[in-house]
Amino acid sequence: MKTMFDLNRIDSQGGVVETSKHESDQVAINALEVRNLNFYYGSFQGLKDINLDIEQGKVTAFIGPSGCGKSTLLRTLNRMYDLYPGQRAEGEINFYGQNILEPGQDLNLLRSRIGMVFQKPTPFPMSIYENIAFGVRLYERLSRSEMDERVEWALNKAALWNEAKDKLNQSGLSLSGGQQQRLCIARGVAVKPSVILLDEPTSALDPISTGKIEELINELKHDYTIAIVTHNMQQAARVSDYTAYMYLGSLVEYGKTDEIFIKPKRKETEDYITGRFG
Amino acid sequence: MPDKHLSSQFDADLNSLSSRLLEMGGLVESQISTAMRAFTQMDLDTCNIVIENEKLVNDLEIQIDLACTELIARRQPTARDLRLVMAVSKAITNLERAGDEAERVAKRTKRLIEIGATYNINVAEIRLSGQMAITLLRRSLDAFARLDTVAAAEVVAEDRQIDEEFRGFVRKLMTYMSEDPHMISTGLDMLSIAKAIERIGDHAKNIAEFVIYIAKGSDVRHIPHEELVREANKP
Repeated sequence: MKTMFDLNRIDSQGGVVETSKHESDQVAINALEVRNLNFYYGSFQGLKDINLDIEQGKVTAFIGPSGCGKSTLLRTLNRMYDLYPGQRAEGEINFYGQNILEPGQDLNLLRSRIGMVFQKPTPFPMSIYENIAFGVRLYERLSRSEMDERVEWALNKAALWNEAKDKLNQSGLSLSGGQQQRLCIARGVAVKPSVILLDEPTSALDPISTGKIEELINELKHDYTIAIVTHNMQQAARVSDYTAYMYLGSLVEYGKTDEIFIKPKRKETEDYITGRFG
Repeated sequence: MPDKHLSSQFDADLNSLSSRLLEMGGLVESQISTAMRAFTQMDLDTCNIVIENEKLVNDLEIQIDLACTELIARRQPTARDLRLVMAVSKAITNLERAGDEAERVAKRTKRLIEIGATYNINVAEIRLSGQMAITLLRRSLDAFARLDTVAAAEVVAEDRQIDEEFRGFVRKLMTYMSEDPHMISTGLDMLSIAKAIERIGDHAKNIAEFVIYIAKGSDVRHIPHEELVREANKP
């Protein structure tokens, strides 16, 4: 679905969110369009009237202090919160035009289209091969050779094939932390999603493994739309095309990453990214 | 919102960059005024002082550049902090070049003294534009210290007056040289001195433009002056 970007969005206080993303009237394709999204943990409001577009084939990073709602927002994008009673979202999240918050959604199918990778690597306690094949079997019936091809393709996509090809039958847990995280990405990619959500994917990894994941993100964005939550602002600066700064459940500023990191429009954003946030 | 970083060392490092830039600016300012005094008084010793001190300016440039590199490596500055570091790094290049121009004035003056040049050219424009260049540089450094974008825009505007004085002097010099070919050698030295002063004005202007970049985030180089003034006055 092609959408002409709106120039301005309204923030939770009714003001206009500063957005430098859409300076020119470029026609871009949005994978996700979030409209008037409010989210509640019981009676606590975790997200306040969020409006933003996530462009197809780009990396969008969410930054902000702990508790600002960035992970909450990510978890609404594939309704991961549905697993927990008492949590509810109001508003619209249009995934290529379809509001995924409407009742009657096939959540398993949704989560195969919008995959997620978590902070801590979570390989299943099974072989490397099965870690990938397990998810694929839920959605597709493939012959053995087709499955072999899919596993190799996914491991290649996650830049893990060369390291894992000789030990496909070994446990996924035998891999290093960085390799396990790439295995999780391969598992997500294997079901051919269109969006990949990464929730602090490198916070448990060393700098080399982090570098490999960041390089992978750069590769994957050619085929997928990526949304990443990160505590590491330099990581957001390195990997993303767009950056959203959130604070206390509200979207404070959303724009091109270069502009957010060189010339943010809001003082709150500048104070946070320059380390003046107290 | 607080105006200080969570890391007080980061604040100290950034403040140190700014104050060292101002220290270097002060040194260059003094080099230029000494060079102008040497020219006005045609004094060899004063010329030598300027030539001797030039290496102090070069040393400061290298030290401040290193401090910028270290700060980027250690702190990964962003937004206005990043703009400050980038602007300091560029401003010291301008200061170093202004220092080179002061040295050029001293060297050309020294040559005029050594060859015993006698001339009857009125050099009022050189003296005047020399004073204007010193004032302009001082004001650009003041604007930097206070991040005063309005004052910075005024510096940019006033650089044009130095350019005007330079053009006026060149026209006069050409007349002198065409009337008396013996004047050509001395005239070329004079031209070189006038050009050095005109360049100092340009460096002061560049530093003033960096002030607007730091404070407003807008790159105002090579844009019409009216636009620059608008950027400088933006809230």
